[in-house]
Amino acid sequence: MADGAAPILDVQGLNTVFHTRGGEVHAVNDVSFSLKPGELLGVVGESGSGKSVTMMSLIGLLPTPPAEVRNGRVMFAGQDLLTTDAETLRNIRGGDIGFIFQDPMTSLNPVFTVGMQIMEPLRKHMGLRKRAAKARAAELLDLVGIPDAMARLDDYPHQFSGGMRQRVMIAIALACDPKVLIADEPTTALDVTIQAQILELMKELRTKLGMAVIWITHDLGVIAGIADRVIVMYGGQIVEHAPVRDLFSNPQHPYTEALLTTIPTVTGARSKRLTVIEGQPPILGAPPEACPFRERCKYRFEICDRMVPARYPISDGHDAACFRADTALRKDKSYA
Amino acid sequence: MLTYSIRRLILAIPTLLFIALIIFLLLLLAPGDPLANMPLTIPPEVREKMREALGLGEAWYIRFGLFLWQFFIVEPQYMIDAMFGTDLADGAQRIISFQSRSPVFDTIGERMPQTLWVVGMSYVVGVLIALPIGIISAYKQYSIFDQLGTLISMIGFSVPTFFTGVVLILVFSVNLGWFPSIYDTQLRVTDWDSFVAQMRQMAMPVFVLALFNASQISRYMRASMLDNLGQDYVRTARAKGMTEKVVVLKHVLRNSMIPVITVIALGVPQVFGGAIITEQVFKVNGLGQLLITAIQGNDIPMVMTLTFMFAILIVLFNLIADILYGVLDPRIRYD
Ligand SMILES: Nc1ncnc2c1ncn2[C@@H]1O[C@H](COP(=O)(O)OP(=O)(O)O)[C@@H](O)[C@H]1O
Ligand SMILES: [Mg+2]
Repeated sequence: MADGAAPILDVQGLNTVFHTRGGEVHAVNDVSFSLKPGELLGVVGESGSGKSVTMMSLIGLLPTPPAEVRNGRVMFAGQDLLTTDAETLRNIRGGDIGFIFQDPMTSLNPVFTVGMQIMEPLRKHMGLRKRAAKARAAELLDLVGIPDAMARLDDYPHQFSGGMRQRVMIAIALACDPKVLIADEPTTALDVTIQAQILELMKELRTKLGMAVIWITHDLGVIAGIADRVIVMYGGQIVEHAPVRDLFSNPQHPYTEALLTTIPTVTGARSKRLTVIEGQPPILGAPPEACPFRERCKYRFEICDRMVPARYPISDGHDAACFRADTALRKDKSYA
Repeated sequence: MLTYSIRRLILAIPTLLFIALIIFLLLLLAPGDPLANMPLTIPPEVREKMREALGLGEAWYIRFGLFLWQFFIVEPQYMIDAMFGTDLADGAQRIISFQSRSPVFDTIGERMPQTLWVVGMSYVVGVLIALPIGIISAYKQYSIFDQLGTLISMIGFSVPTFFTGVVLILVFSVNLGWFPSIYDTQLRVTDWDSFVAQMRQMAMPVFVLALFNASQISRYMRASMLDNLGQDYVRTARAKGMTEKVVVLKHVLRNSMIPVITVIALGVPQVFGGAIITEQVFKVNGLGQLLITAIQGNDIPMVMTLTFMFAILIVLFNLIADILYGVLDPRIRYD
């Protein structure tokens, strides 16, 4: 991928807090990452690690209240999305930044035709008239591999299967030629065979259209085949960030290591979910003051309870938020 | 859809006949004598003659059959005759009130406009108030507006209309003298002044009923909106860059209206029932009041006809609600 190119999306120090009856929930803590044009960035982490909230914070999709994006900067097309006005943000949503969500069964409006739902962003963002929008909508359905596209525009979502609905969601997300596509676990809710089909489709579309993609999943196996770079999230923080090869060959964070053991092996044996590490991701009632992973970590040192590890550089484009990766500390041996 | 509707209509016929029979038997078994209000000095033989003249001498099943015949055949014929100047009925015997000795449907025809004006208007007003309140309450959940709306609808729903009605009469008629406390049926709207007078006399009964209806429907609307506002498709609409107006008033509202519209349709016949008390309180001589006086006077044909009409309305609006559901929700298939 275009190494060294200016990032199309640059996120710095993002923090998102939910105000709940039980107090604050710090769902995203000081998250920074960037996305280069045309690259595919994988985001992994088990359920509840803050992947969705991070992505929805970027673009103002979280309901406020209860959510509050505290600070940070999200630079896209020369402006900060966190401070820009609602109208500009709406023009970017569905226009330059497309979204695909996890559950295609509920993500489409049941009372409107699929055609109408694809045409909506076309008419808003591209200013197409009804006839032109309809032609383009049929083109899009065709693009995502739905046969008999023109006729199917008049069908309602319930007349499509789960996989077909996810194709419709993809058509909606791609409608206005986005520069960035954010896919939030687009295959998680689907059957395994359908998952593979959707994955294949996404690979093909990406080559064809060349947009940058953020692909969220809790399955590193999916990421291995498609991503250029990967960020691993835990407890609302980025714990490791690496080019996909480095991540698999040289994982630095104990959480990444644990995740890697859940990938199917050549023999097909597969340990279900994260049974290898006991416990669950923490729900933080206050900004973190220690390593979020310490409770489940097999290396846990004294310093892990006192400080939040910074993201220590490992090699070019690879960093990990673990004290074991801190070369200064390692020399000094004081952590042990 | 059409075949479904026709099938439902045909199925409604036995239901209605059964309801008619039940009402008829209940009235037959009910204590009370249509001649009870006659002077005691009338000798027993004359009393018996009068009884026969009212048709009470026949066996019950003959009287029931006659009622059905008159209700479904004769009365519609008279109605058509009155509208088109034809002579289909050919002087056939109509359903006659025991009390007034005039055709039941003539009296109903006289009373209908008052009920439609007051009750119908209050339902329309109630719905028109309820929908926006429900929508805003849900969209701004837990806001001051929502909490105030919840409080008022709790009051409107739980305080009976005869109480609100009497309180209103006390405050606005007796103390302030703004509105008349008695509904003047003779009033004809011919000019601006009489129109204003009509509005003034309608104001309180319409308000009482509208408050009651709006309380109920706004709750439904709010609940339905809240249900839908949390749905994934709402997030999709926002992710497409739709404005809040489009998201709420198009995507969410269209879904939320499905159950609410059926509730509104189902509520129409209930409104006529609920109006009985309000009409009594405000002295509106509509259908509700007619029913009460007919019951008090043991006017069996009148009670039977009115009750049966309510039953037909209930069955009819049930059917309408079902059909509307199918029209509004593409997921529902009737075949
Ligand atoms: N509406 C909400 N109210 C309170 N907390 C929330 C809400 N949505 C998400 N969270 C918190 O944010 C955390 C991260 O959620 P999410 O981003 O959905 O995880 P995932 O990585 O599975 O996408 C959750 O553990 C939860 O505690
Ligand atoms: Mg998620």
